[in-house]
Amino acid sequence: MNEHVKNATPETTDLSRRSFLVGTAATGLVLGYAGVPGIESAAAAPANFEPSVWYAISPDGLVTVTCGKADMGQHIASTLAQIVCEELGAKWSDMRVQLASNDPKFNDPVLGAQITGGSWSTMMNFEAMSRAGAAGRIALTEGAAAAMGVPASELVVRDSMIVHPKSKKQMSFADVVKSGKATKTFTPDELKAIKLKSPDQYTMIGVSVPQLDIPSKTNGTAKYGIDVMLPGMVYGALVTPPVRFGATVKSVDDSAAKKVPGFIKAVTLDDKTATTSGWVVAVASTYANAKKAAQALKITYDAGPNAKLSSESLLDEAKRLQKLDDSGQFFVKDGDPNAAFGSAAKVVEAEYTTSINIHAPLEPMNAAAEFKADILHIYSGNQFATRSGAIAAGAAGIDPKFVVMHQMWLGGGFGRRLDADMMIPAVQAAKAVGKPVKVIYSRENDMTMDFSRPLTYQKVKAGVDSDGKLIAISHDVVSAWPTARWGIPDFLTPSVDKKGPLDSFTVNGADFFYTVPNHYVRAIKNELAHNATPSGQLRSVAPGWTFWAVESMIDEIAAATGKDPAQFRISLLDGAGKNDGGAQRLRNTLLAAMGLSGYGTKQLPKGEGMGVACVSSQERATASWTACVAHVAVAPSGAVTVKKLTVATDVGTQVHPDNVRAQVEGAALWGLSLAMYEKATLKDGGIEQTNFDGYTPLRMSQTPEVAIAVIANGEKATGVGEPAVTVVAPAIGNAIFNATGARVRALPITAEAVKASMKA
Amino acid sequence: MPTLTINGRSLSVDAANDTPLLWAIREQLQMTGTKFGCGAGLCGACTVHVNGEAVRSCQTMLSDVAGKKITTIEGLSAKGDHPLQKAWIAEQVPQCGYCQSGQIMQAASLLAKNPNPTKEEVVAHMDGNLCRCMTYSRIQKAIMRAASEMRTASATSSERRPT
Repeated sequence: MNEHVKNATPETTDLSRRSFLVGTAATGLVLGYAGVPGIESAAAAPANFEPSVWYAISPDGLVTVTCGKADMGQHIASTLAQIVCEELGAKWSDMRVQLASNDPKFNDPVLGAQITGGSWSTMMNFEAMSRAGAAGRIALTEGAAAAMGVPASELVVRDSMIVHPKSKKQMSFADVVKSGKATKTFTPDELKAIKLKSPDQYTMIGVSVPQLDIPSKTNGTAKYGIDVMLPGMVYGALVTPPVRFGATVKSVDDSAAKKVPGFIKAVTLDDKTATTSGWVVAVASTYANAKKAAQALKITYDAGPNAKLSSESLLDEAKRLQKLDDSGQFFVKDGDPNAAFGSAAKVVEAEYTTSINIHAPLEPMNAAAEFKADILHIYSGNQFATRSGAIAAGAAGIDPKFVVMHQMWLGGGFGRRLDADMMIPAVQAAKAVGKPVKVIYSRENDMTMDFSRPLTYQKVKAGVDSDGKLIAISHDVVSAWPTARWGIPDFLTPSVDKKGPLDSFTVNGADFFYTVPNHYVRAIKNELAHNATPSGQLRSVAPGWTFWAVESMIDEIAAATGKDPAQFRISLLDGAGKNDGGAQRLRNTLLAAMGLSGYGTKQLPKGEGMGVACVSSQERATASWTACVAHVAVAPSGAVTVKKLTVATDVGTQVHPDNVRAQVEGAALWGLSLAMYEKATLKDGGIEQTNFDGYTPLRMSQTPEVAIAVIANGEKATGVGEPAVTVVAPAIGNAIFNATGARVRALPITAEAVKASMKA
Repeated sequence: MPTLTINGRSLSVDAANDTPLLWAIREQLQMTGTKFGCGAGLCGACTVHVNGEAVRSCQTMLSDVAGKKITTIEGLSAKGDHPLQKAWIAEQVPQCGYCQSGQIMQAASLLAKNPNPTKEEVVAHMDGNLCRCMTYSRIQKAIMRAASEMRTASATSSERRPT
């Protein structure tokens, strides 16, 4: 048994032990990537100094940070290295990164698992990485003090050098590691007691250093899952059924496939994890041959219970469920909106919908599986090693502790790689043919078998009193429940009405920071959609649809009461009660976006308009305060041109300003793409769009100017990968209303819908 | 067994003539910088040069490239220092990076013919290359930066020529 398996025991879930193992005694063998050509072995040499599980300093002075997060382009590996570097006092050019295995010692210090999402990584790892860095600096300093024979308190650490100004003596980190004198260890309490730098002492945090992964992404050397080559490896191509979920294979005729050169075997998956249904993998000597063999297989299916379902039938079911009084569970239950509607001077009601959406990262799903001795090795870029390792084990019929996950760079994640479906065909094919197998999805497999953003239906009712004050909102959210699908109770939230746990990742955001005395939010699971279109977490998850409804409705109320929609929002962000703090930050962000865009200061030409929206995405407890002003031009045909997006976001502390801007811009353009260009539909139980001709994310020619204001006010670092996704669609919808008086309530926005609303 | 002239070398590959060039490059030659994205010529991740023209290697069969010069991202420059690669680093373009080999190869074919492209020409030339992280504005900036550096270098070298 290897070191990793020894560590994979329940005791390592003890937070204090896991997070802050410090000192040489804690050095474990970091699982390497020796099986992958082009990736240096990460096995720690004995002479390395490993002040924490999170990094090691080699005798040549290089500091290698192990990133327990999936790096899917958010540069989190580089960001974590930067946080370590700040407290350690290393020179940036000495920093390196490597990606962690699924060894539980690399679990997130706050979440207690290896999962990457929620825009959580920086906020939840900032302190642990800071303390790890500081512990290393203290240990190195004390080692240097002993070697130099001077008091540690007189030493200054900077750029990987430890200097004694009085005597002009100095040692590099490399010298101290080589001397073997850095031996100090820390208990968890001692670690906690370390005084960290205050922001005014930062020399690295807040500096846009060159991202460590970028050069390898300009010359073809960065290794993604799809690039893994194992000795003796063969390839698998998938045949997936015409329905998204619920089909079973009745028969497989491989007589034609047998004529394909290099064909080895067709393996029908026996998936006890219920992640897939009705999949067959054709295994051959090369991927091109596997594809040919897959095309030559003649497979018959029992199409199962979902074969007649369509987007329309899922929407009809959602509407039916919403009308029932006893549907769903309450996520928010403040006051009594129903009573308030009775006394309201004005009641506004509207339905908002969003379509099925597909992640479509540019690297199609893939995984390589290899059984070696007792261990199942999985090579794949994945966002949820803790769960995915268990799924791979389930597919193999072994204990999860015998699975080693080799993390790779992710060719896009966006939540898609939280799932582990790609590992199942790789594992079962490898088992069936007795060789390592790499399975690569075709784009058609990838799109039609996506764990998609679910189709959503929301009904919002609002009441305004005779003074024009918003007194009540009742908000129903009907969707498949992406996170409930995981079967992990900790990821569910108790309902306010004690009707059992609900999937808060379908309603987050609906618990906004506006002061509304009577406020209900009901989470209603659309079981039909849940079964027919197993859904996943798509970049920004619930706030991607809840704010579409909330921020459109706030605009509708402003219009119904004759108020400026931005001023109306400011009046609702009064910071009363539970909204204190957050509301004021959101208000300030909205003001920043208004200022930067010139909201209300310009006379716009006919057919043009500006719309605002502001969000507390992702979750109430982990919000980044984000506002957008969209500037659109609407043609008489209803065609919408987004001329400019202005986004302001309060992120508290920014580790890497340029990266924050890159993430906010990418997120805002994702928001635009989802608002205008991306739509998937279900027909006869199957996703109709199969490639980038039918499913059409934003291209360069459709990209408007994006102006960004980042507010870094010294509060704790928040997340930036997702929030801006959620604010754009309502800002565009509100801008269309401002330009034309046309109100759109369905995403994506189409010219037809705009034109129809203009006439109405 | 087809022979490919690739990145200045002549290499034989153990694959049928109807094999897409993409998979021969990636699997037989183990040059994995060229990426598979869609298999249908819709995303540009697999872009390589054939006789200097940007082509989608997933749509190009081995039989199509007999006797032609193929260049992949690995062969664009000796040390990863083509002006576009340097500009990609200067502008910190890549996020996930998966599409960027294709983006760089697509851009390189533009600058080889048009050293001073307008923004519109860049967009028209690049519009077939998807970036799911949506780094489009940085891609544009990097192309303009590289074009400018290439013009400067070329002006400097022509100034020096008489001496």
